Amino acid sequence: MTVLAALIRRDIRIALRVGGGALIGVLFFLTVVVLMPFAVGPDLALLTRLGPAILWLGALLASLLTLDRLFMADHDDGSLDLIVMSRTPLELTCAAKALAHWLAAGLPLIVATPVLGLLLNLDATATSAVALTLLAGTPALTFTGMIGAALAVTLHRGGLLLAVLVLPLSIPVLIFGVSASQAAITGPLSFGTPFSILCALSLVSLVIGPFAAAASLRHGLD
Amino acid sequence: MTLIDLANPTKFLALTARVLPWLAALTAVLLLVGLYQSAMAPDDYQQGSTVKIMFVHVPNAWLSMFVWGVMSLAALGTLVWRHPLADVAAKAAAPIGAAFTFLALVTGSLWGRPMWGTYWEWDARLTSVLILFLMYLGLIALWRAVEDPSRAARAAAILTLVGALNLPIIKFSVDWWNTLHQPASVMRMGGPALDRAFLVPLLVMAVAFSLLFVTLHLAAMRNEILRRRVRSLQMMQASQRSA
Repeated sequence: MTVLAALIRRDIRIALRVGGGALIGVLFFLTVVVLMPFAVGPDLALLTRLGPAILWLGALLASLLTLDRLFMADHDDGSLDLIVMSRTPLELTCAAKALAHWLAAGLPLIVATPVLGLLLNLDATATSAVALTLLAGTPALTFTGMIGAALAVTLHRGGLLLAVLVLPLSIPVLIFGVSASQAAITGPLSFGTPFSILCALSLVSLVIGPFAAAASLRHGLD
Repeated sequence: MTLIDLANPTKFLALTARVLPWLAALTAVLLLVGLYQSAMAPDDYQQGSTVKIMFVHVPNAWLSMFVWGVMSLAALGTLVWRHPLADVAAKAAAPIGAAFTFLALVTGSLWGRPMWGTYWEWDARLTSVLILFLMYLGLIALWRAVEDPSRAARAAAILTLVGALNLPIIKFSVDWWNTLHQPASVMRMGGPALDRAFLVPLLVMAVAFSLLFVTLHLAAMRNEILRRRVRSLQMMQASQRSA
């Protein structure tokens, strides 16, 4: 347990330092949201209607952007080999690394959501609905994205491939995240149904992600 | 000749060399019969003659999912038994599956234009099949990104198994979500809801397309095995030169 806690602490500390790239995600999120009014026009009513979708899309793209950091830096300096060889089960290590990545790169996105919601003219209910769905959905993005990151790190030019591999897996999360937040804002469907599916997606990816990532690391690095 | 012998690439090559011409001929005959029957099938009372797109569209759609299923089994063979022939089977199937999926999307949208008044609709079935197509493309890209075939096979196998989760979503998407695409009418509880005049040509076409897949798949596997032999010969030659 202490090994995993140490790993999580280390990963978060590296991510938050200069060049760690955790806050790049938030900056990118901000950029996407700021670019939207230039693309669709500064009509506040329209922005309110599109708001949840814009926020979700921005968060998804931002989390895709930071995913290749999950294993790449450790692979470059050789510590990934030590992690794979250590006696701790690789599945647990992968889960811990994903958790650390979510804490350092995913959680700031959720914290930034209320501020960005202001820019898109969302009211308090809408903003909290989007933040809640992001809180339930971004773990799924991280844990399925980890599979792609593990596959990409074992290839040599995997960076661009990562987005292609991960995108199909993240579409269901996007669909249910947006539909849950739309349901909370405008109705008439209930918020609970899509929201529980979103939670289910996160739980499923929590189970599948570490195993698939550990398998591809084991197979890819030998 | 047992199943184990088939796993030997040389025996596999010898067997498929004998079987392939017959298989190809049978496929051609069945396709001709199926196409003739489809052309002779009566017009639908609602859809008119456009219903005939179904005889091409539905087999393509079935095969698009079936091929991913075959690849998932091959992926298990790769990961559990580390069998090289399973790698070859998975790699050879991916482009064929992508082609079937693409044809299903194209014929579906050609059918959708007169029926629904639109080439494309973001409904659950169409969208999930589009995602399947994207996953095929990603998988092919992954195969091509790695130079060592056995490493590529293991990476692709993991992605294939994860992507297999999408299959039940596609299959049941028309039942779970109430959308434009019609619900299942052949493989369903309580027997097919299709008239015999349509069902018979459809099933003939389905068998013909499945045979087409088997033929193309075996031929592609042969090519892949030969390609790997050429590759290893070249590597041997290169190492001899440098020694």
